[in-house]
Amino acid sequence: MTGSLHSFQSLGTVDGPGVRFVVFFQGCPLRCGCCHNPDTREMAAGKPFTPKEVLEKVLRCRSYFGKDGGITLSGGEPLMQAAFAKELFALCKAEGIHTCLDTSGCLWNEDVEELLTVTDLVLLDIKYTNDQDYKRYAGCSMEQPLHFLAELNKRKIPTTLRQVIIPPLNDGKENILRLKKIGKEHPCVNKIELLPFRKICESKYENMGIPFPFAKYDSPAKEKMSALQALLDAE
Amino acid sequence: MEHTNWNGFVPGDWQNEINVRDFIQKNYKPYEGDGAFLAAATPRTKALMKKLEALFALERQFDGVLDIDTATVSTVTGFSPGYLDKENELIVGLQTNRPLKRGVNPFGGIRMVRIACEAYGYKLSDKVEEEFRFRTTHNEGVYRAYTQEMRLARRSHLITGLPDAYGRGRIIGDYRRVALYGVDKLIEEKQKDKRNLALENLDAEQIRRTEELYQQIAFLGFLKEMAQMYGYDIGCPASNAKEAIQWTYFAYLAAIKEQNGAAMSLGRVSTFFDIYINRDLEAGILTEEAAQELVDDFVMKLRMARHLRTPEYNELFGGDPMWITEAVGGMGEDGRTLVTKSSFRILNTLYTLGPAPEPNLTVLWSTALPENFKRFCSKVSCDTDSIQYENDDLMRPLYGDDYAIACCVSAMRVGKQMQFFGARCNLAKLLLLAINGGYDTTSDIHLGPQMPVMEGDVLNFDEVMERFDTYNQWLSHLYVNTMNVIHYMHDKYAYEKIQMALHDTTVERLMAFGIAGLSVVTDSLSALKYAKVHPIKDEKGYIVDFRVEGDFPKYGNDDDRVDLLAKDLTHRVITELRKTPAYRGAIHTLSVLTITSNVMYGKHTGSTPDGRKAGEPFAPGANPMHNREENGALASLNSVAKLSYDDCRDGISNTFSITPEALGKTEEERVGNLVAILDGYFGKMAHHINVNVLNRETLMKAYEDPEAYPNLTIRVSGYAVNFNKLSREQQREVISRTFHESV
Repeated sequence: MTGSLHSFQSLGTVDGPGVRFVVFFQGCPLRCGCCHNPDTREMAAGKPFTPKEVLEKVLRCRSYFGKDGGITLSGGEPLMQAAFAKELFALCKAEGIHTCLDTSGCLWNEDVEELLTVTDLVLLDIKYTNDQDYKRYAGCSMEQPLHFLAELNKRKIPTTLRQVIIPPLNDGKENILRLKKIGKEHPCVNKIELLPFRKICESKYENMGIPFPFAKYDSPAKEKMSALQALLDAE
Repeated sequence: MEHTNWNGFVPGDWQNEINVRDFIQKNYKPYEGDGAFLAAATPRTKALMKKLEALFALERQFDGVLDIDTATVSTVTGFSPGYLDKENELIVGLQTNRPLKRGVNPFGGIRMVRIACEAYGYKLSDKVEEEFRFRTTHNEGVYRAYTQEMRLARRSHLITGLPDAYGRGRIIGDYRRVALYGVDKLIEEKQKDKRNLALENLDAEQIRRTEELYQQIAFLGFLKEMAQMYGYDIGCPASNAKEAIQWTYFAYLAAIKEQNGAAMSLGRVSTFFDIYINRDLEAGILTEEAAQELVDDFVMKLRMARHLRTPEYNELFGGDPMWITEAVGGMGEDGRTLVTKSSFRILNTLYTLGPAPEPNLTVLWSTALPENFKRFCSKVSCDTDSIQYENDDLMRPLYGDDYAIACCVSAMRVGKQMQFFGARCNLAKLLLLAINGGYDTTSDIHLGPQMPVMEGDVLNFDEVMERFDTYNQWLSHLYVNTMNVIHYMHDKYAYEKIQMALHDTTVERLMAFGIAGLSVVTDSLSALKYAKVHPIKDEKGYIVDFRVEGDFPKYGNDDDRVDLLAKDLTHRVITELRKTPAYRGAIHTLSVLTITSNVMYGKHTGSTPDGRKAGEPFAPGANPMHNREENGALASLNSVAKLSYDDCRDGISNTFSITPEALGKTEEERVGNLVAILDGYFGKMAHHINVNVLNRETLMKAYEDPEAYPNLTIRVSGYAVNFNKLSREQQREVISRTFHESV
């Protein structure tokens, strides 16, 4: 079995706890306007790797993981290649390596179910908190990630909810409160992270010769982010 | 032997022989706590530092040299006492009679001194010229013995940066001995050694040793005299912490008055000081604040140390470095950590006095270091970019637990080993020389074995390697012989009297060779092996460029196919070097370190098969070439970690720059992640790493507006520099280096 992969980042520190080896999957079913890895969308553009080949790379970085680090699957959408991801995670688990899945939660099938049996932590991207925005800016229904979250909750898999804040689309108070509510309703959620929308990916769009749909939006100010975070943290 | 100044110390062998290590082992208190006990700068320290900052600013306004005494040769007792602020400073002693005023030191070579004076608008006085008219300098001696081939190798920039025109440096006196024993006892011991020598057969070497001992004893006398000029009698052991630091500093000061070696390193003093500080704290005659003040004052003095250099020298060693390297931390052979509260105190000077390149604070990292200390170091790196790390777990088994680092990465047992410094050869140029059959296209010089330029539309890897071996063989022999000439003459005309007086009389000598351009040659060989390299010839028929067809693995991506080529190269080089005996029975060692000379080396080297164009800089030290790393920072570190310390005993330098965002989201995370990275890297038996946590944009702003960033310190290659003291060219190169960024 091989997976179609985009690239590897041997030092990842923002996708999961500690020092992480990040595997970027090729292929994604969504077309988010804010996507910062547009070059990972088309499945066919990836390079083939077997789970064992990837494990070998991970093991070379194992000594850097300390007590918190491990492997993170990102992309692209790892769930599109859930069978491959499952194999890879199973190999990692056998080595005692912490496994973290960074996903949009927009797919559900038997392979995905299998994958969750070897997943230690999920970073679930809740892109918006209403169905219209989901359909308009991401290209899927909000029901899918919510269903995925319910399944995580059922399995008691520790989960971090993440949302990219893109003014003016989702920087309102109501949105944050809804996000907070989603977290509260699912005890598996132990953390909610707000990430500022950033435009450092613009050059990727330029290189690919396609327009950056969200080029018109600005990054949120630092103060805005802290205010939203405070709202989230308030009891 | 007993002495009242030793009251309270645990007795041991150290009382009956010169044995600082034994004193430390018997008396130090390991510290496993955190930095919460540390005191901040006192108003006195702040005022003194403000005064010093003003002098630094003035120095910058005068192109980096505040003043030169062109009429007084720098010797141990040559200058009347100088002060920064006589009323308020706790540790005293300056190289000349005024702060930041530089002396002239023509013993290594008077030509350099002349040029340096002129470069800053001064003229070397007739008095000094006259004094040296009939005196042979080291530089003159060397040129009497240099062969034509040695001169050509120098002129073509195949071997560069040789210490043949100034002091060789890289020798660390055990300055602590002066504090522990007092000068009188040290003189007595040396006299005993000298008497014992007389009982042996006096051949040339023994006679020379006898004369060297005579000089050592004489200079210990001068050291005592110098201290007397400042009102201190250092004949007997130091009686308290202030004296221990002062005595040690006087010894170091005498060394930098006598010698202008490229690297004048300090050794390993902080844990030694800690024993005295502890004794005073326990006796209630010192407070934590006062202890920090002593360390602060000591470090302030070190930050004021200067040597007079020429602009050409600065091209090689940018930023006016002294390499006052202090090794901090590490583990003891008995498993106890050598980290003490004073390891924290000396690192704390980067907060009390602000970030600075000197002293070159070098943490000896072991995975077994106390977690609190690891985190503290990591925080200091994130905050100041001023410290470097070297692998104690790798060096301790070879050098014991009382070694220190000379310059950037050169380990040696303190007071027991010394080094003959040998700069480096340009490996990339050697490859081109081999391909062109002994012709250097950039300097238009024929050298080495002469043979036809390599033929064919595509260069064959095996044929090139065979050629490379032939030229490596030739260069190695030439390089060792050149070093032998240099160090013979340095011993003869510019022997380090005070530094060697602070060594055991019988020392082990290391001869340190070096290579530049390792990643360029490695990637070039990879291109030859895995892609098609078409040579491009000029009208005279020499190969001046290459066209590469296809892709090839590049060093810095944790790919064994290419990384092992790098490892194999260093093995080939050191193996050849060992075939030619080194002067005075020295042991051959090899470093992969460039200081800032990677820019200069690149400037003088034609296009290489890896795609680097003529004149472009090399990567520094053992670093992969800029921006060829495709798999992130750890893959890059893994590539460097594969180089063998057995082949590169003089050190493998790696400079690592990462943006704060890529290291973690919060300070807490960044500190923890850096600890994990260091543990991981050194766990792979890597040797050295410089850590910079900063944004490229910060450097670009400092490049555009230097005055706004007067204290911006960054690690470049085994040392730290004040960014503004680099040349524009060096600054641009530093900016172009790989910054590991978040994705």
